[in-house]
Amino acid sequence: MFRFALRRSAWAIPTLFLVTFLVYIALRMGTDPLASYMRSNPRATRSKIAQYKELNGLGSNFVTGYFSWLQNFVTFNWPRSIKGSREVWPELKDALANSARLGAAATTVGVSIGLTIGIFAALRPGGKRDVAVNTVAFVGISIPPYISSILLQLLFAVYWSKWFGSTLFPTSGVYPPGQDGFNLVLMLKHMALPTVVVAIQIIAVYSRYMRSSLLDVLNSDYMRTARSKGLSEFRVLMRHGVRNALIPVITIAALDIGAIVGGLIITENIFDYPGTGKYFLSAFANGDFPLLMPLMVIIVGSVLLFNLIADLSYAILDPRIRLD
Amino acid sequence: MPFLIRGSDLTEIVIPTFTPRQLAWKRFIGHKAAVVCSIVLVLLALAVILSPLTARYGVNESVKAPPNSYLSPSKLAWLGTDDIGRDLYSRLIYGTRVSLLIGLCSAFISVFVGCVVGAIAGFRGGRFDDVIMRVTDLFLAFPFLVALLVVRNMFGSVDWLTFIIGDMSSLRFIIFLLSFFGWMGVARIVRGQVLALKEREFIEAARAAGASRSYIIKRHLLPNSIGPIMVALTFSVVGAISGEATLSFFGYGPQPGAGATSLGLLVGQAKGAVQTGFWWIALFPCLILVLISLCINFIGDALRDATDPRLDATK
Repeated sequence: MFRFALRRSAWAIPTLFLVTFLVYIALRMGTDPLASYMRSNPRATRSKIAQYKELNGLGSNFVTGYFSWLQNFVTFNWPRSIKGSREVWPELKDALANSARLGAAATTVGVSIGLTIGIFAALRPGGKRDVAVNTVAFVGISIPPYISSILLQLLFAVYWSKWFGSTLFPTSGVYPPGQDGFNLVLMLKHMALPTVVVAIQIIAVYSRYMRSSLLDVLNSDYMRTARSKGLSEFRVLMRHGVRNALIPVITIAALDIGAIVGGLIITENIFDYPGTGKYFLSAFANGDFPLLMPLMVIIVGSVLLFNLIADLSYAILDPRIRLD
Repeated sequence: MPFLIRGSDLTEIVIPTFTPRQLAWKRFIGHKAAVVCSIVLVLLALAVILSPLTARYGVNESVKAPPNSYLSPSKLAWLGTDDIGRDLYSRLIYGTRVSLLIGLCSAFISVFVGCVVGAIAGFRGGRFDDVIMRVTDLFLAFPFLVALLVVRNMFGSVDWLTFIIGDMSSLRFIIFLLSFFGWMGVARIVRGQVLALKEREFIEAARAAGASRSYIIKRHLLPNSIGPIMVALTFSVVGAISGEATLSFFGYGPQPGAGATSLGLLVGQAKGAVQTGFWWIALFPCLILVLISLCINFIGDALRDATDPRLDATK
């Protein structure tokens, strides 16, 4: 087990380099940093451009360019953003913190609701509750986040205030304009709608996972054994049913992190929420290579990390799986 | 009276037998929601194909002389008009046409490539299989929009590629881009199916009879995976349609030119209409998009149930 973990982790490191190299090439080709630099500094002299090129290793081929970028990146000597020449890290840090807050809230709400209704659906397959949960999950999957955002905005930004005369949930930003300092209630109110949008996706997906996984478990022999030992039905369900059903769900959850981040990116943009999604799209629109690359490294890193966690969690949680 | 069976009785008993295809059809018909969804989709497709008859105005035509912008739904314009007085109902028909075209083309390409790659990976195994599956794992785990945008710009910067597939705003480019991501999910499904099938006796028999690898894949493995492939096809259509919509929503979609539109572009306009309170511009494109993906999802799910041989065949 330990050797398996070690081998998998060891593999993740070359993969990280390979993938960041590919992303580096894709970004260098797609959002040419030199062209962006010249676009946002139209009066830059030729020597200034040459200096910028030299400093960021843009003149050479992709391989040496990558290594000079990597050296700067690892030594935390990050180039400033092309547009506005701002420091990258403070901005990225804020965006990450905001996204993490939203992501954590949505995941907590989504997973707890999703798992609960998944369990209820699995208890009586084919029953009324099951059909209802399935239908709701289907509708949830079929509504892309930008559409639920638009519909919620329409309801709360326009019609709520028209019908009831006051705004219940604001539809953009983290705080109203002019607000200084920390205010939990205001923050929660601003987070409510984006959280709902992302949570809808999570609920739809997880209720289905949980339902099918629990259905598999409920038919197994150890459930009958547990019942015949005289355990209460609730204990049988929670201790023997749900605990075992969670194993594949956790594995899928770890692999699903990309989908959640993707949902966040879309949602943040619509609600004007200052997280990584806004950061990414505005940097992408400006072709701002120095802003994009660190974010990409973080995304690639977390995708690999969660892949690793998925592999390991499966082996750790299910004692029936033996690895060399 | 003792219970006796005479030989002549046995000839009376007719056991109904069905081919797998008939069974699948019967199960599919039994799935009411899927049947309703199929009918809705067929009607929608007809409305879209017959757009010269069903659309009331041209794609760029105003419903009447100005002032004609932002008219609420009325007899003149059933679903209202947009910012420059064009009929939203007609534009929805034209837009759905473009979106369905993108969805179908890209789904067929994805399924074709996915079948070839998945079958070869599953059948040959080894290094090729490892590499392909690692790559697809990674791409599938990546946030879709980020991957889509980065790869889009990369493709757009390669001259010989844009010479073949058009520049970044053409329909061909979008179809190619969506197919580039679409085949991976299909390949994974086909690979799993091939892995399960290739150890079966009939494949062994074919091999013993001297069938070549490509013959076995074409004549035995793929036809026996037709159920999951059909399911993958339906989900690919949804994936491509919503992929196009996502790209268009953020302004990176196709620009079909001359006022032509797509569902994604219409939903993108909806974003701007929300704050101003022109609810019809926001609501109807969203509803159509949700309706299409809901219907296709239901059909795909029913197909999966219908073609899964592990399910009870008598029901």
